[in-house]
Amino acid sequence: MKFQAQPEITVRINGAGHHVTADARVTLLDLLRERLHLTGTKKGCNFGECGACTVHLDGRRVNACMILAASVDGREVTTIEGLAKGSELHPVQQAFIDHDGFQCGFCTPGQVMSAVALIEEGHASSELEIREWMSGNLCRCSAYPQIVAAVKAAAEKGLG
Amino acid sequence: MESFAYGRAESLDQAVAAGAEPDTAFLAGGTELLNWLRLGIATPKRIIDVVRLDGLDKIEPIANGGLRIGALARLNDAAQHEIVVRHYPVLSQAILKAASPQLRNLATIGGNPVQKTRCAYFRAAEKLPCNKREPGSGCSALNGLNEKHAIFGWTEACVAVHPADPPVALAALDAMFVTEHRDGGRRIPATEFHTLPDKRPQDHNILRHGEFITAIELPAPAPRSAYLKIRERESYEYATVSAAAALEMEGSTIRKARIALGSVAHRPWRLTAAEAKLAGIEIGDRDALRAAIEASFADARPLSHNAYKIPLAKNAALRVIQTAARTSA
Repeated sequence: MKFQAQPEITVRINGAGHHVTADARVTLLDLLRERLHLTGTKKGCNFGECGACTVHLDGRRVNACMILAASVDGREVTTIEGLAKGSELHPVQQAFIDHDGFQCGFCTPGQVMSAVALIEEGHASSELEIREWMSGNLCRCSAYPQIVAAVKAAAEKGLG
Repeated sequence: MESFAYGRAESLDQAVAAGAEPDTAFLAGGTELLNWLRLGIATPKRIIDVVRLDGLDKIEPIANGGLRIGALARLNDAAQHEIVVRHYPVLSQAILKAASPQLRNLATIGGNPVQKTRCAYFRAAEKLPCNKREPGSGCSALNGLNEKHAIFGWTEACVAVHPADPPVALAALDAMFVTEHRDGGRRIPATEFHTLPDKRPQDHNILRHGEFITAIELPAPAPRSAYLKIRERESYEYATVSAAAALEMEGSTIRKARIALGSVAHRPWRLTAAEAKLAGIEIGDRDALRAAIEASFADARPLSHNAYKIPLAKNAALRVIQTAARTSA
Protein backbone atom coordinates (compact mmCIF):
# COMPACT_ATOMS: atom_id res chain seq x y z
CA MET A 1 0.00 0.00 0.00
CA LYS A 2 1.21 3.47 -0.84
CA PHE A 3 0.92 6.11 1.88
CA GLN A 4 1.40 9.77 1.07
CA ALA A 5 1.73 12.82 3.30
CA GLN A 6 0.96 15.01 0.28
CA PRO A 7 -1.55 13.08 -1.84
CA GLU A 8 -2.54 14.21 -5.32
CA ILE A 9 -6.22 14.85 -5.82
CA THR A 10 -8.16 15.03 -9.07
CA VAL A 11 -11.72 16.12 -8.50
CA ARG A 12 -14.59 17.65 -10.47
CA ILE A 13 -16.20 20.57 -8.70
CA ASN A 14 -19.28 22.22 -10.19
CA GLY A 15 -18.44 20.59 -13.51
CA ALA A 16 -14.83 21.80 -13.68
CA GLY A 17 -11.82 19.53 -13.24
CA HIS A 18 -9.20 20.37 -10.59
CA HIS A 19 -5.87 18.77 -9.89
CA VAL A 20 -4.14 19.66 -6.62
CA THR A 21 -1.55 18.31 -4.21
CA ALA A 22 -2.50 18.89 -0.58
CA ASP A 23 -1.43 17.85 2.90
CA ALA A 24 -3.21 14.63 3.87
CA ARG A 25 -4.87 16.48 6.77
CA VAL A 26 -6.75 18.93 4.52
CA THR A 27 -10.50 18.44 4.55
CA LEU A 28 -12.78 18.87 1.55
CA LEU A 29 -14.09 22.01 3.27
CA ASP A 30 -10.63 23.59 3.53
CA LEU A 31 -9.75 22.49 -0.01
CA LEU A 32 -12.83 24.30 -1.30
CA ARG A 33 -12.34 27.46 0.72
CA GLU A 34 -8.60 27.88 1.11
CA ARG A 35 -7.20 26.34 -2.07
CA LEU A 36 -9.96 26.77 -4.64
CA HIS A 37 -11.44 29.95 -3.15
CA LEU A 38 -14.97 28.62 -3.29
CA THR A 39 -15.97 30.39 -0.08
CA GLY A 40 -19.72 29.90 -0.48
CA THR A 41 -19.41 26.72 1.56
CA LYS A 42 -19.18 27.93 5.17
CA LYS A 43 -17.04 26.72 8.04
CA GLY A 44 -19.23 26.75 11.14
CA CYS A 45 -18.41 24.21 13.84
CA ASN A 46 -15.85 22.09 11.90
CA PHE A 47 -17.14 19.06 13.88
CA GLY A 48 -20.02 17.87 11.72
CA GLU A 49 -22.60 19.42 13.99
CA CYS A 50 -23.96 22.52 12.25
CA GLY A 51 -24.38 21.64 8.57
CA ALA A 52 -23.04 24.99 7.28
CA CYS A 53 -20.53 23.12 5.10
CA THR A 54 -23.11 20.90 3.35
CA VAL A 55 -22.16 20.05 -0.25
CA HIS A 56 -23.14 17.27 -2.63
CA LEU A 57 -20.64 14.45 -3.15
CA ASP A 58 -21.56 12.26 -6.11
CA GLY A 59 -25.06 13.70 -5.77
CA ARG A 60 -25.52 13.08 -2.03
CA ARG A 61 -25.50 15.75 0.65
CA VAL A 62 -22.62 15.47 3.09
CA ASN A 63 -20.68 17.60 5.61
CA ALA A 64 -17.51 18.80 3.83
CA CYS A 65 -15.73 19.22 7.19
CA MET A 66 -15.95 15.46 7.84
CA ILE A 67 -14.24 14.39 4.61
CA LEU A 68 -10.53 14.28 3.85
CA ALA A 69 -9.82 16.01 0.56
CA ALA A 70 -7.67 13.04 -0.45
CA SER A 71 -10.69 10.77 -0.28
CA VAL A 72 -12.65 12.72 -2.91
CA ASP A 73 -10.03 11.94 -5.56
CA GLY A 74 -11.89 10.91 -8.72
CA ARG A 75 -15.25 12.03 -7.41
CA GLU A 76 -17.71 14.80 -8.18
CA VAL A 77 -18.61 17.68 -5.85
CA THR A 78 -21.32 20.32 -6.18
CA THR A 79 -21.18 23.41 -3.98
CA ILE A 80 -23.56 26.33 -3.60
CA GLU A 81 -21.63 28.10 -6.39
CA GLY A 82 -22.68 25.31 -8.76
CA LEU A 83 -26.45 25.66 -8.33
CA ALA A 84 -27.34 28.81 -10.28
CA LYS A 85 -27.31 28.85 -14.07
CA GLY A 86 -25.48 32.08 -14.83
CA SER A 87 -27.50 34.87 -13.25
CA GLU A 88 -30.57 32.66 -12.90
CA LEU A 89 -30.90 31.37 -9.36
CA HIS A 90 -31.70 27.74 -8.62
CA PRO A 91 -35.43 27.50 -7.74
CA VAL A 92 -34.59 26.54 -4.14
CA GLN A 93 -32.37 29.62 -3.82
CA GLN A 94 -35.23 31.73 -5.18
CA ALA A 95 -37.66 30.08 -2.75
CA PHE A 96 -35.42 31.03 0.19
CA ILE A 97 -35.57 34.67 -0.98
CA ASP A 98 -39.32 34.56 -1.62
CA HIS A 99 -40.01 33.11 1.84
CA ASP A 100 -37.41 35.12 3.76
CA GLY A 101 -35.62 31.88 4.68
CA PHE A 102 -32.65 33.53 6.37
CA GLN A 103 -31.51 36.44 8.46
CA CYS A 104 -27.71 36.71 8.76
CA GLY A 105 -27.22 34.23 5.91
CA PHE A 106 -24.24 32.31 7.27
CA CYS A 107 -26.01 28.94 7.37
CA THR A 108 -27.92 29.57 4.11
CA PRO A 109 -25.58 27.88 1.60
CA GLY A 110 -25.69 24.71 3.71
CA GLN A 111 -29.46 25.00 4.17
CA VAL A 112 -29.97 25.38 0.42
CA MET A 113 -27.68 22.45 -0.47
CA SER A 114 -29.47 20.30 2.09
CA ALA A 115 -32.90 21.39 0.83
CA VAL A 116 -32.08 20.62 -2.81
CA ALA A 117 -31.00 17.10 -1.82
CA LEU A 118 -33.96 16.60 0.53
CA ILE A 119 -36.43 17.34 -2.27
CA GLU A 120 -34.61 14.95 -4.62
CA GLU A 121 -34.64 12.27 -1.90
CA GLY A 122 -38.43 12.61 -1.63
CA HIS A 123 -38.41 13.72 2.00
CA ALA A 124 -40.61 16.81 1.57
CA SER A 125 -44.07 15.27 1.90
CA SER A 126 -45.05 17.27 4.99
CA GLU A 127 -43.75 20.06 7.20
CA LEU A 128 -42.91 17.47 9.85
CA GLU A 129 -40.86 15.42 7.40
CA ILE A 130 -39.08 18.54 6.12
CA ARG A 131 -38.19 19.55 9.68
CA GLU A 132 -36.83 16.08 10.45
CA TRP A 133 -34.76 15.85 7.26
CA MET A 134 -33.48 19.44 7.57
CA SER A 135 -32.41 18.84 11.18
CA GLY A 136 -28.73 18.59 10.27
CA ASN A 137 -28.67 22.30 9.41
CA LEU A 138 -28.69 24.66 12.36
CA CYS A 139 -29.78 28.30 12.05
CA ARG A 140 -28.74 30.47 14.99
CA CYS A 141 -31.04 33.27 13.80
CA SER A 142 -33.79 30.64 14.08
CA ALA A 143 -35.34 31.26 10.68
CA TYR A 144 -36.71 27.72 10.80
CA PRO A 145 -40.39 28.48 10.01
CA GLN A 146 -39.40 30.44 6.90
CA ILE A 147 -36.86 27.79 5.87
CA VAL A 148 -39.54 25.08 6.11
CA ALA A 149 -41.92 27.28 4.10
CA ALA A 150 -39.27 27.80 1.40
CA VAL A 151 -38.49 24.09 1.13
CA LYS A 152 -42.18 23.18 1.07
CA ALA A 153 -42.94 25.73 -1.66
CA ALA A 154 -40.00 24.59 -3.80
CA ALA A 155 -40.96 20.93 -3.34
CA GLU A 156 -44.61 21.59 -4.26
CA LYS A 157 -43.46 23.19 -7.49
CA GLY A 158 -41.27 20.15 -8.13
CA LEU A 159 -38.19 22.27 -8.13
CA GLY A 160 -35.64 20.17 -6.38
CA MET B 1 -4.11 17.78 14.04
CA GLU B 2 -0.93 15.69 13.96
CA SER B 3 0.56 14.79 10.57
CA PHE B 4 -0.28 11.49 8.95
CA ALA B 5 0.07 9.84 5.58
CA TYR B 6 -2.96 8.77 3.57
CA GLY B 7 -3.36 5.60 1.54
CA ARG B 8 -6.26 3.95 -0.22
CA ALA B 9 -6.68 0.18 0.13
CA GLU B 10 -7.42 -1.67 -3.08
CA SER B 11 -8.49 -4.90 -1.43
CA LEU B 12 -9.68 -6.15 1.93
CA ASP B 13 -6.53 -8.29 2.25
CA GLN B 14 -4.39 -5.23 1.68
CA ALA B 15 -6.35 -3.18 4.22
CA VAL B 16 -6.18 -5.90 6.88
CA ALA B 17 -2.44 -6.48 6.33
CA ALA B 18 -1.58 -2.78 6.57
CA GLY B 19 -4.09 -2.12 9.35
CA ALA B 20 -2.31 -4.43 11.78
CA GLU B 21 0.82 -2.27 11.67
CA PRO B 22 1.26 0.07 14.67
CA ASP B 23 -0.03 3.67 14.52
CA THR B 24 -2.44 2.86 11.70
CA ALA B 25 -6.15 3.66 11.53
CA PHE B 26 -8.97 2.75 9.15
CA LEU B 27 -11.00 5.52 7.54
CA ALA B 28 -14.54 4.62 6.45
CA GLY B 29 -17.24 7.31 6.72
CA GLY B 30 -14.83 9.53 8.65
CA THR B 31 -17.49 11.15 10.81
CA GLU B 32 -15.78 9.99 14.00
CA LEU B 33 -12.14 9.61 12.96
CA LEU B 34 -11.82 13.23 11.81
CA ASN B 35 -13.04 14.49 15.17
CA TRP B 36 -10.68 12.13 17.03
CA LEU B 37 -7.83 13.57 14.97
CA ARG B 38 -8.88 17.14 15.75
CA LEU B 39 -9.21 16.45 19.49
CA GLY B 40 -6.07 14.33 19.76
CA ILE B 41 -8.12 11.26 20.78
CA ALA B 42 -6.35 9.39 17.97
CA THR B 43 -2.93 10.25 16.54
CA PRO B 44 -2.26 7.68 13.79
CA LYS B 45 0.76 8.00 11.51
CA ARG B 46 -1.01 6.25 8.64
CA ILE B 47 -4.65 6.30 7.60
CA ILE B 48 -6.06 3.59 5.36
CA ASP B 49 -9.08 4.70 3.36
CA VAL B 50 -11.28 1.61 3.03
CA VAL B 51 -14.56 3.18 2.05
CA ARG B 52 -14.35 2.28 -1.64
CA LEU B 53 -13.56 -1.40 -1.12
CA ASP B 54 -15.67 -3.38 -3.57
CA GLY B 55 -18.70 -5.29 -2.41
CA LEU B 56 -18.51 -4.43 1.28
CA ASP B 57 -21.62 -2.24 1.10
CA LYS B 58 -23.97 -4.96 -0.10
CA ILE B 59 -27.14 -5.81 1.79
CA GLU B 60 -28.31 -9.33 1.05
CA PRO B 61 -30.36 -12.17 2.52
CA ILE B 62 -28.43 -15.10 4.04
CA ALA B 63 -29.35 -18.65 4.97
CA ASN B 64 -31.72 -19.17 7.96
CA GLY B 65 -33.80 -16.16 6.84
CA GLY B 66 -31.34 -13.58 8.10
CA LEU B 67 -29.77 -10.53 6.50
CA ARG B 68 -26.14 -9.61 5.95
CA ILE B 69 -25.39 -5.88 5.90
CA GLY B 70 -21.97 -5.08 4.48
CA ALA B 71 -20.03 -2.93 6.94
CA LEU B 72 -19.55 -0.14 4.43
CA ALA B 73 -23.28 0.31 3.77
CA ARG B 74 -24.05 3.95 4.54
CA LEU B 75 -26.44 4.44 7.44
CA ASN B 76 -29.11 6.04 5.24
CA ASP B 77 -28.93 3.18 2.74
CA ALA B 78 -29.16 0.50 5.40
CA ALA B 79 -32.08 2.21 7.16
CA GLN B 80 -34.07 2.67 3.96
CA HIS B 81 -33.36 -0.75 2.47
CA GLU B 82 -36.66 -2.50 1.76
CA ILE B 83 -35.86 -5.63 3.80
CA VAL B 84 -34.60 -3.64 6.79
CA VAL B 85 -37.71 -1.44 6.79
CA ARG B 86 -40.08 -4.39 6.52
CA HIS B 87 -38.39 -7.09 8.58
CA TYR B 88 -36.25 -5.15 11.06
CA PRO B 89 -38.15 -1.91 11.81
CA VAL B 90 -36.26 -1.50 15.10
CA LEU B 91 -32.99 -1.14 13.19
CA SER B 92 -34.39 1.15 10.52
CA GLN B 93 -35.89 3.43 13.17
CA ALA B 94 -32.74 3.44 15.32
CA ILE B 95 -30.59 4.44 12.36
CA LEU B 96 -32.93 7.19 11.17
CA LYS B 97 -33.01 8.68 14.66
CA ALA B 98 -29.21 8.83 14.72
CA ALA B 99 -27.13 11.85 13.68
CA SER B 100 -28.26 14.01 10.73
CA PRO B 101 -29.15 13.16 7.11
CA GLN B 102 -25.76 14.46 5.91
CA LEU B 103 -23.80 12.45 8.47
CA ARG B 104 -25.85 9.34 7.69
CA ASN B 105 -24.85 9.71 4.03
CA LEU B 106 -21.21 9.37 5.12
CA ALA B 107 -21.26 7.15 8.21
CA THR B 108 -21.27 3.38 7.75
CA ILE B 109 -23.12 0.66 9.66
CA GLY B 110 -19.79 -0.99 10.53
CA GLY B 111 -18.18 2.26 11.69
CA ASN B 112 -21.08 3.46 13.79
CA PRO B 113 -20.64 0.99 16.70
CA VAL B 114 -16.94 1.94 16.88
CA GLN B 115 -17.72 5.51 17.83
CA LYS B 116 -16.59 6.60 21.28
CA THR B 117 -18.46 8.06 24.22
CA ARG B 118 -19.78 11.60 24.04
CA CYS B 119 -18.81 12.27 27.68
CA ALA B 120 -17.82 15.95 27.63
CA TYR B 121 -14.78 15.26 29.81
CA PHE B 122 -13.54 12.62 27.36
CA ARG B 123 -14.04 14.96 24.38
CA ALA B 124 -12.72 18.11 26.09
CA ALA B 125 -10.45 20.18 23.82
CA GLU B 126 -8.27 20.83 26.88
CA LYS B 127 -7.32 17.57 28.57
CA LEU B 128 -9.20 16.88 31.81
CA PRO B 129 -8.84 13.89 34.12
CA CYS B 130 -10.36 10.97 32.22
CA ASN B 131 -9.30 7.34 32.49
CA LYS B 132 -10.27 6.85 28.86
CA ARG B 133 -8.02 9.64 27.62
CA GLU B 134 -5.23 9.03 30.13
CA PRO B 135 -5.46 5.80 32.14
CA GLY B 136 -4.97 6.49 35.83
CA SER B 137 -5.89 10.17 35.61
CA GLY B 138 -9.31 9.68 37.24
CA CYS B 139 -12.92 10.22 36.19
CA SER B 140 -14.11 13.83 36.12
CA ALA B 141 -17.72 12.79 35.60
CA LEU B 142 -17.94 10.55 38.70
CA ASN B 143 -18.49 13.60 40.92
CA GLY B 144 -18.93 16.13 38.13
CA LEU B 145 -21.61 16.80 35.53
CA ASN B 146 -23.02 13.32 35.15
CA GLU B 147 -26.72 13.85 34.41
CA LYS B 148 -26.40 12.02 31.06
CA HIS B 149 -24.17 9.25 32.37
CA ALA B 150 -24.62 5.60 33.29
CA ILE B 151 -27.10 3.98 35.65
CA PHE B 152 -25.90 0.42 34.95
CA GLY B 153 -22.48 -1.22 34.90
CA TRP B 154 -20.38 1.84 35.76
CA THR B 155 -17.30 1.81 37.99
CA GLU B 156 -15.48 4.60 39.79
CA ALA B 157 -13.01 4.50 36.90
CA CYS B 158 -15.59 5.47 34.26
CA VAL B 159 -19.29 6.36 34.29
CA ALA B 160 -19.66 7.11 30.57
CA VAL B 161 -22.37 5.69 28.33
CA HIS B 162 -22.11 4.51 24.76
CA PRO B 163 -24.06 6.99 22.68
CA ALA B 164 -24.94 5.16 19.45
CA ASP B 165 -28.48 4.14 18.49
CA PRO B 166 -27.97 1.35 15.92
CA PRO B 167 -26.02 -0.92 18.34
CA VAL B 168 -28.99 -0.85 20.75
CA ALA B 169 -31.22 -2.25 17.99
CA LEU B 170 -28.49 -4.71 17.00
CA ALA B 171 -28.23 -5.94 20.61
CA ALA B 172 -32.00 -6.48 20.81
CA LEU B 173 -31.86 -8.37 17.50
CA ASP B 174 -28.96 -10.61 18.64
CA ALA B 175 -26.95 -9.48 15.61
CA MET B 176 -23.41 -10.67 14.97
CA PHE B 177 -20.41 -8.54 13.97
CA VAL B 178 -18.18 -10.32 11.46
CA THR B 179 -14.54 -9.24 11.50
CA GLU B 180 -11.24 -9.81 9.69
CA HIS B 181 -7.78 -9.46 11.16
CA ARG B 182 -4.29 -10.32 9.95
CA ASP B 183 -4.27 -13.08 12.58
CA GLY B 184 -7.79 -14.28 11.76
CA GLY B 185 -11.32 -12.98 11.90
CA ARG B 186 -14.21 -13.87 14.20
CA ARG B 187 -17.89 -13.39 14.91
CA ILE B 188 -18.80 -11.17 17.87
CA PRO B 189 -22.32 -11.02 19.35
CA ALA B 190 -23.60 -7.43 19.33
CA THR B 191 -24.31 -7.80 23.06
CA GLU B 192 -20.61 -8.44 23.75
CA PHE B 193 -19.00 -5.96 21.35
CA HIS B 194 -18.79 -3.00 23.74
CA THR B 195 -16.92 -3.28 27.02
CA LEU B 196 -17.85 -2.30 30.56
CA PRO B 197 -15.33 -0.17 32.48
CA ASP B 198 -14.55 -2.81 35.09
CA LYS B 199 -11.13 -3.98 33.85
CA ARG B 200 -9.84 -1.58 31.21
CA PRO B 201 -11.83 1.65 31.41
CA GLN B 202 -9.81 3.07 28.50
CA ASP B 203 -11.45 0.61 26.08
CA HIS B 204 -14.68 1.12 24.20
CA ASN B 205 -15.04 -2.28 22.55
CA ILE B 206 -13.25 -5.60 22.20
CA LEU B 207 -11.79 -5.03 18.71
CA ARG B 208 -8.06 -5.76 18.51
CA HIS B 209 -5.77 -3.24 16.82
CA GLY B 210 -6.18 -3.73 13.09
CA GLU B 211 -9.40 -5.71 13.39
CA PHE B 212 -11.85 -4.75 10.68
CA ILE B 213 -15.64 -5.22 10.79
CA THR B 214 -16.69 -6.55 7.38
CA ALA B 215 -20.39 -7.18 7.96
CA ILE B 216 -23.22 -7.23 10.44
CA GLU B 217 -25.48 -10.26 10.30
CA LEU B 218 -29.05 -10.22 11.50
CA PRO B 219 -30.85 -13.43 12.45
CA ALA B 220 -34.44 -14.20 11.39
CA PRO B 221 -36.76 -11.23 10.78
CA ALA B 222 -38.20 -9.29 13.71
CA PRO B 223 -41.17 -7.50 12.17
CA ARG B 224 -42.70 -6.82 15.60
CA SER B 225 -39.97 -4.53 16.75
CA ALA B 226 -39.57 -0.85 17.56
CA TYR B 227 -37.10 1.77 18.74
CA LEU B 228 -37.83 4.64 21.08
CA LYS B 229 -35.41 7.51 21.58
CA ILE B 230 -35.93 9.99 24.41
CA ARG B 231 -34.00 13.22 24.04
CA GLU B 232 -34.17 16.89 24.84
CA ARG B 233 -35.20 17.93 21.35
CA GLU B 234 -37.14 16.17 18.65
CA SER B 235 -34.26 15.49 16.27
CA TYR B 236 -30.49 15.47 15.82
CA GLU B 237 -29.53 14.88 19.45
CA TYR B 238 -28.02 12.02 21.41
CA ALA B 239 -30.38 9.94 23.48
CA THR B 240 -30.95 10.62 27.14
CA VAL B 241 -32.35 7.10 27.18
CA SER B 242 -33.33 4.86 24.28
CA ALA B 243 -35.08 1.51 24.12
CA ALA B 244 -35.31 -1.27 21.53
CA ALA B 245 -37.77 -4.15 21.60
CA ALA B 246 -38.21 -7.21 19.41
CA LEU B 247 -41.27 -9.31 20.26
CA GLU B 248 -42.79 -12.58 19.21
CA MET B 249 -46.50 -12.64 19.91
CA GLU B 250 -49.21 -15.25 20.05
CA GLY B 251 -52.40 -13.27 19.67
CA SER B 252 -52.12 -10.62 22.37
CA THR B 253 -49.72 -12.66 24.51
CA ILE B 254 -45.96 -12.13 24.47
CA ARG B 255 -44.23 -15.37 23.56
CA LYS B 256 -40.68 -14.02 23.53
CA ALA B 257 -39.26 -10.56 24.20
CA ARG B 258 -35.85 -9.10 23.63
CA ILE B 259 -35.33 -5.64 25.12
CA ALA B 260 -32.23 -3.43 25.10
CA LEU B 261 -31.72 0.03 26.56
CA GLY B 262 -29.33 2.63 25.15
CA SER B 263 -27.41 5.47 26.83
CA VAL B 264 -27.78 3.85 30.25
CA ALA B 265 -24.46 1.97 30.28
CA HIS B 266 -21.20 1.66 28.39
CA ARG B 267 -22.85 -0.95 26.22
CA PRO B 268 -26.40 -1.59 24.99
CA TRP B 269 -28.08 -2.97 28.12
CA ARG B 270 -30.20 -6.08 27.61
CA LEU B 271 -32.99 -6.50 30.16
CA THR B 272 -32.42 -10.23 30.53
CA ALA B 273 -34.35 -10.69 33.79
CA ALA B 274 -37.32 -8.74 32.40
CA GLU B 275 -37.25 -10.72 29.16
CA ALA B 276 -37.69 -13.98 31.08
CA LYS B 277 -40.70 -12.58 32.96
CA LEU B 278 -42.32 -11.00 29.88
CA ALA B 279 -42.99 -14.34 28.20
CA GLY B 280 -46.64 -15.22 28.74
CA ILE B 281 -47.82 -11.73 29.68
CA GLU B 282 -50.87 -10.21 27.95
CA ILE B 283 -49.76 -7.04 26.17
CA GLY B 284 -52.71 -5.13 27.68
CA ASP B 285 -51.67 -5.99 31.25
CA ARG B 286 -49.73 -2.87 32.05
CA ASP B 287 -49.08 -3.78 35.69
CA ALA B 288 -47.60 -7.14 34.71
CA LEU B 289 -45.40 -5.45 32.09
CA ARG B 290 -44.20 -2.94 34.68
CA ALA B 291 -43.47 -5.69 37.19
CA ALA B 292 -41.47 -7.63 34.61
CA ILE B 293 -39.40 -4.57 33.67
CA GLU B 294 -38.77 -3.88 37.36
CA ALA B 295 -36.88 -7.19 37.61
CA SER B 296 -34.08 -5.74 35.48
CA PHE B 297 -33.63 -2.63 37.59
CA ALA B 298 -32.50 -4.29 40.81
CA ASP B 299 -28.91 -3.44 39.93
CA ALA B 300 -29.54 0.11 38.66
CA ARG B 301 -27.35 2.62 40.51
CA PRO B 302 -27.81 6.36 39.97
CA LEU B 303 -24.98 8.90 40.03
CA SER B 304 -25.30 12.27 41.76
CA HIS B 305 -27.23 13.96 38.92
CA ASN B 306 -29.01 11.21 37.02
CA ALA B 307 -31.50 9.42 39.29
CA TYR B 308 -34.23 10.66 36.90
CA LYS B 309 -32.90 8.25 34.28
CA ILE B 310 -34.13 5.22 36.24
CA PRO B 311 -37.90 5.94 35.95
CA LEU B 312 -37.28 7.34 32.45
CA ALA B 313 -35.65 4.07 31.37
CA LYS B 314 -38.43 1.96 32.92
CA ASN B 315 -41.09 4.03 31.16
CA ALA B 316 -39.17 3.87 27.87
CA ALA B 317 -38.98 0.08 28.15
CA LEU B 318 -42.72 -0.13 28.78
CA ARG B 319 -43.61 2.14 25.88
CA VAL B 320 -41.31 0.43 23.40
CA ILE B 321 -42.81 -2.98 24.27
CA GLN B 322 -46.31 -1.62 23.69
CA THR B 323 -45.23 0.02 20.42
CA ALA B 324 -43.48 -3.11 19.14
CA ALA B 325 -46.58 -5.19 19.88
CA ARG B 326 -48.69 -2.84 17.76
CA THR B 327 -46.23 -2.99 14.84
CA SER B 328 -47.90 -5.10 12.18
CA ALA B 329 -46.13 -8.32 11.35
